Amino acid sequence: MRYRQAIALLALVGFFVALYLWLHALGYGGAIKCGASGGCEVVQTSQWAVFLGLPVAFYGVVGYVAVFGVALAALRQVALAERRWNVLLAGLTSVGFLFTVYLTYLELFVIHAICRWCVGSAVIITLIWIVSLLSLKSPATRTGLGASPQPQGPPA
Amino acid sequence: MNRFGVLLAVVAVVLGLTVFALLRSGGGAPAAAAGPPPTVADDGFRGYTLGQGNAPVEVVEYLDFECPVCATFAVIQMPTIKEQLINTGKVRWRLRDYPLAIHKYSRFSAHAAQCAGAQGKYFEMADQLFEHHQWSQTGKDPSSLFRGFAQASGLDVKAYDTCMEQGRFAQRIEYSRQEGDSLRVDGTPTFYANGAKLFVGFRRLPSSDDFKALVDSITARSRSRR
Repeated sequence: MRYRQAIALLALVGFFVALYLWLHALGYGGAIKCGASGGCEVVQTSQWAVFLGLPVAFYGVVGYVAVFGVALAALRQVALAERRWNVLLAGLTSVGFLFTVYLTYLELFVIHAICRWCVGSAVIITLIWIVSLLSLKSPATRTGLGASPQPQGPPA
Repeated sequence: MNRFGVLLAVVAVVLGLTVFALLRSGGGAPAAAAGPPPTVADDGFRGYTLGQGNAPVEVVEYLDFECPVCATFAVIQMPTIKEQLINTGKVRWRLRDYPLAIHKYSRFSAHAAQCAGAQGKYFEMADQLFEHHQWSQTGKDPSSLFRGFAQASGLDVKAYDTCMEQGRFAQRIEYSRQEGDSLRVDGTPTFYANGAKLFVGFRRLPSSDDFKALVDSITARSRSRR
């Protein structure tokens, strides 16, 4: 359960990072807050900042919402004991992680600029991915922060 | 709601407010560079030029970086004009700002080019502004995009930012616009060759052939006078 909680929390943070980048790509808020290097502008205005007609950050928003939603669904009492949620989360986050590896490769070796916000998102999705892999190895029924034990009624 | 739910809600509120604050403080187009200045002063500047100082014909172009016809002219016609007329010493080309009031980011884009000019990269920035002219179609604040253009043009972005925030060339741009008014510039681009207004009427997009014919005609006339 703690793994799923950690994934939900990290996905929520990642969602806001991606949301900021997406809103910026849509023209809200003027210059991006990125330090003096200007790396974010270079990355955000490069030809790779758009994927299939949409800003790359949009896919981040959708991805984090999906991971967050699945993690919350997996935290329901009825789902806690089901291992398939761990598999689903590991699958989803693996796709996100691979996409992030590709984007980081572009930053380092093609665009030759680093966007701090993109690095932040890359760290978050990597952590989520690692946690999701660890969750595959553990029993899914562990209880943790805020979990209320299932009320046990008298045997019928 | 359990403790974890409360934690998620708190994190969501804090991060949501942070993103909101970041977007609000993003600045946008600095007012000093985007709007008309309160006063106008002549700093003696008369536009950036291409070509040799002793060329027999000087063409002055009044332009607006947000104007689509100016962009089409710069991208389609200017390369040939540079090759056939400017680089061959027949024409000197002078660029003057004429920001149109109907365009939201005209002054801002003119200012971006002037700030690039302060670092010796006016034409590099002008190329960026015209070649990636999609910015003019979106209506969105282009300040971040222009910073990218500044970087791509090889500018010191910090100095560029300072120049834009100070509105260092706002008066110069307004002076150029008023100069255009006094010369009866009635739209952009408007061209003058050795002081005479060209392509009068509705024709805003002359071709490189038009300029070649014009320069040949002026050159032939000046020869026959000798």
